Amino acid sequence: MSALRMQMISPRTVRFLSRGRSEFLAGSNGAQRSGGGPSVRALTSPPLSYSITRRSLSSLSGTRRGLPKEKMSENGVVPRAKVLTIDTMNPTVKNVEYAVRGPIVARAVELERELSEGMKKPFVEVIKANIGDAHAMGQQPITFFRQVLALCSYPELLNDSAFPEDAKSRAYYILQSCGGNSMGSYSPSQGIDSVREDVAHYIERRDGGVPCDPDNIYLTTGASDGIMTMLKLLVCGEGANRTGVMISIPQYPLYSATLAELGAVQINYYLNEDKCWSLDISELQRALDEARHYCNPRALCIINPGNPTGQVQSRQCIEDVIQFAEKERLFLLADEVYQDNVYADGCQFHSFKKVLYEMGPEYSNTVELASFHSTSKCYMGECGFRGGYMEIINMDDDVKAQLTKLVSVRLCAPVPGQALMDLVVNPPQPGEPSYNSFIKERTATLSALAEKAKLTEEILNTVQGIHCNPVQGAMYSFPRITIPEKAIKEATDNGQLPDMFYCMKMLEETGICLVPGSGFGQKDGTYHFRMTILPPIDKLRILLSKVKEFHQKFTWQYS
Amino acid sequence: MSVLQQISPNVRNTKPSECTVLLRRSSQIKEELRRGVRRAYEKVIDVYWGDSHQTGVKPLSFVRQVLAACVYPELINSDKLPVDVKQRAQSLLRECARGSVGSCTAAAGVPEIVHRISEFIMKRDGGAPSYPENIYISPGSQWSLMNILKVLVNSEASPRTGVLTPVPCYPVTNLSITALGAVVVPYYLSEGQGQGWQLQVHELHQALESAKETCNPTALYVINPGNPSGHIQRRKSIQEVIQFASEKRLFLLADEVYQDCIHGEKSEFVSYKRVLAEMGPPFSDTVELASFHSVSKGIMGECGLRSGYVELVNVDPAVMKHIHILFSKDGCAPVLGQIALDLMMNPPQPGDPSHPLYHMETQHIRTTWVHNVKRVCEVINSLPGFCCQPTEGGSFLLPRLYLPPKAIQKAQEVGMQPDMFYCVKLLEEAGVLVSPGCEYGQKPGTHYIRFCITTPEDIREEFLKRLTSFHVQFMKDFS
Repeated sequence: MSALRMQMISPRTVRFLSRGRSEFLAGSNGAQRSGGGPSVRALTSPPLSYSITRRSLSSLSGTRRGLPKEKMSENGVVPRAKVLTIDTMNPTVKNVEYAVRGPIVARAVELERELSEGMKKPFVEVIKANIGDAHAMGQQPITFFRQVLALCSYPELLNDSAFPEDAKSRAYYILQSCGGNSMGSYSPSQGIDSVREDVAHYIERRDGGVPCDPDNIYLTTGASDGIMTMLKLLVCGEGANRTGVMISIPQYPLYSATLAELGAVQINYYLNEDKCWSLDISELQRALDEARHYCNPRALCIINPGNPTGQVQSRQCIEDVIQFAEKERLFLLADEVYQDNVYADGCQFHSFKKVLYEMGPEYSNTVELASFHSTSKCYMGECGFRGGYMEIINMDDDVKAQLTKLVSVRLCAPVPGQALMDLVVNPPQPGEPSYNSFIKERTATLSALAEKAKLTEEILNTVQGIHCNPVQGAMYSFPRITIPEKAIKEATDNGQLPDMFYCMKMLEETGICLVPGSGFGQKDGTYHFRMTILPPIDKLRILLSKVKEFHQKFTWQYS
Repeated sequence: MSVLQQISPNVRNTKPSECTVLLRRSSQIKEELRRGVRRAYEKVIDVYWGDSHQTGVKPLSFVRQVLAACVYPELINSDKLPVDVKQRAQSLLRECARGSVGSCTAAAGVPEIVHRISEFIMKRDGGAPSYPENIYISPGSQWSLMNILKVLVNSEASPRTGVLTPVPCYPVTNLSITALGAVVVPYYLSEGQGQGWQLQVHELHQALESAKETCNPTALYVINPGNPSGHIQRRKSIQEVIQFASEKRLFLLADEVYQDCIHGEKSEFVSYKRVLAEMGPPFSDTVELASFHSVSKGIMGECGLRSGYVELVNVDPAVMKHIHILFSKDGCAPVLGQIALDLMMNPPQPGDPSHPLYHMETQHIRTTWVHNVKRVCEVINSLPGFCCQPTEGGSFLLPRLYLPPKAIQKAQEVGMQPDMFYCVKLLEEAGVLVSPGCEYGQKPGTHYIRFCITTPEDIREEFLKRLTSFHVQFMKDFS
């Protein structure tokens, strides 16, 4: 398989992508970008003239905004050049792109505003199916979790008979572990001790008794904090010795963005779309062998269940990956935030940790692994709490000391998020007052997701020109779309990537906000979009039929 | 397979805190006491961090009531909470997607909250305009600072980027700077005899001159009110710093997280943003400034919620675009923290049902601070070999220790900095956890300890009792 045929997400491509954004960030038009010289923008002038909300602009009178410039021209003072310009800023940061919140989303926000101002559109609401934010799509929080967190927030409520006893005793237990019995105190940088112990017990239960040391657990600000921290720790060397990190294509753009920021080399390995986005070891080998010519590959990132691709890795595949990592001396980063989101029959989540231990001491004593989890996905969907943990296995003691030093920079993870993580790893037990309702709520959410995963796949596959692999797990479908030549040409003429062009048109005509596949990476010449399966089932049906209708119209229009 | 030689050189090169040992020992002792091991004290008094809840200060009822109602909206229908609390929770939930604090927010934060922050800033700064587009909420001010530094520090340039930081300085900032591969350029604050610490511009000149050979100084970091120095800059001093930054082409990083911690009788906090705006052109439309604030300090003291914001002024639009992407990549700041920030900007007003209690609680906290500072300074200044400069703001005192030569010698024998040696003994023998001056940087041959003064009164008295008897004994032992 030739890599030449495939589209690499190189910095150049990323810069190309970013051109689309400038349309929506009116403050950054071409003239200013290329100039890089003195700018006349004043203290009182906002750098981005697009408004985040209607309110943000309405309060600013035109006079006040213009005043300083008038003064300046009176004085005739030539302002000094800026310290920080596009030419002097950190060059690696310039290469950072983040499609999940990219130009499509900016436009969606704008459309919402226009709708609220009464502007006529071909749709009545914008549906943001771009981001895995379950609560924003109407998923209900787990009552027990919220009760405990409310009690921890305002412990006076511990005297309130309306709260179940197990929620109270749990809140009491968490507060006992907080400095001054308050969630408002800093915790140790690595996280609250008792929470780390509970996480360790959870992992042991999940992995059928494989031991877990609380010292290896770090509580983080969402999983992304942990991922960024580990990558930062790993990246070193110059030139052909620069650290290379293997990531799947398609991938979650946090990885490419962080690697760009760190100036690390991104090594792409392609998932096999024809085999339900599975991972082939031969492809890993190809990518690695090619990369060894120009960098020092040191880490391999796996997202299981997959984002955006929704595949669930088989136990055998995980074993093969571990063998590969051992043979090639790669540090494994296992992003397992969707571990409870497994829907397809015959699929099961296997943690890398468990498989590693089952492979025997030859592997379990040597292969270095960091595994990530979060409170944002699964049946909880509590993105706003920014809770998460990572478990570090077989890490050199001295390096662990360095890691502990590195995490101290952000002082500690949010304590309410830590408390929530504790509840997730230690939910109500049989016999406790909240057990039944907890199980009922969790089951309802997970079975609804399973139903929606199936529905999405079924309906999308009825559309000619759309092919959707089974959504075995996670929260997204990543269907392949056929874009007619004429549309590709028009997009290219406009300086847009074809799938961006497609998604933007979809947004303008239907109000549906998706992320183009190019934001995640895809084989050259193929086009996709990522859509969450999160909307309530009735709404999802409407959404899917609108997608279907749009695709048919689009295809007809450009053929 | 060890990867030690292969980790990020920037991370490897950052100096681990000397206090790691001290903090580890303190956790051990706390754990032993919990298990019932007998020591000369029953509890460790921990005044190491600027963490008032940790020392026993109660959270503000209004803040926690609103948070509880947002977390568990059933409470809005109950009679357990005051009406204005319920209303506030309701309106905040309307600003969260589908009324859940579990939803993500926009990268910069809940737009309405960001908007109200800009209104707060405008009011605070006597009308100097503030725009929501320039504000980003993040998981704590240190996180925002890190993001701004990521943009400022050129990771590929030689010579490396330099950032001027004060001595003494909050050490986490220096850690962040070195972890990004930049060079810390120290400038000394002057310890005026009896007038407290001061920032003097000639020290900035000197620092800049000395750095020019080794790095490319790009930014100037100031902490006002000072940590750990407790000084508050006057308007004139801020003007001088702005002029200096303008002349020397430095990006200003103003850490203003202690802006609400003012205890000097005639002291007033003036923000860098305000002074910059008042200076008019060419300064007001050219000098680039990032100003940081947080819910962790001040009256609220909600460190654990991890919430703060940065306001950017005069930053190039093309650069703003990349700053926006950096914050987007991080996901959003914790929503409860964002809500706390909103409550900090918009506390209950006279006439609101919650106002009387809120007023009482905040007044109590403020008067306790003022008393604490006065009382602790008096006691410390009455002790031999101890001298405490008057402070006006911040959460800390930083008294100077004049250690006997024998103590210094003993410290050297055991391989510790003299003030670290003092702190370790203070912890072991008296169960008081403070931090040594060496953690913050100090002039050679000078020694300090730092501790948090935002404690309840009874803790303060117990602290003073233990410190006094320890100190007297220490001085006697090493005389």
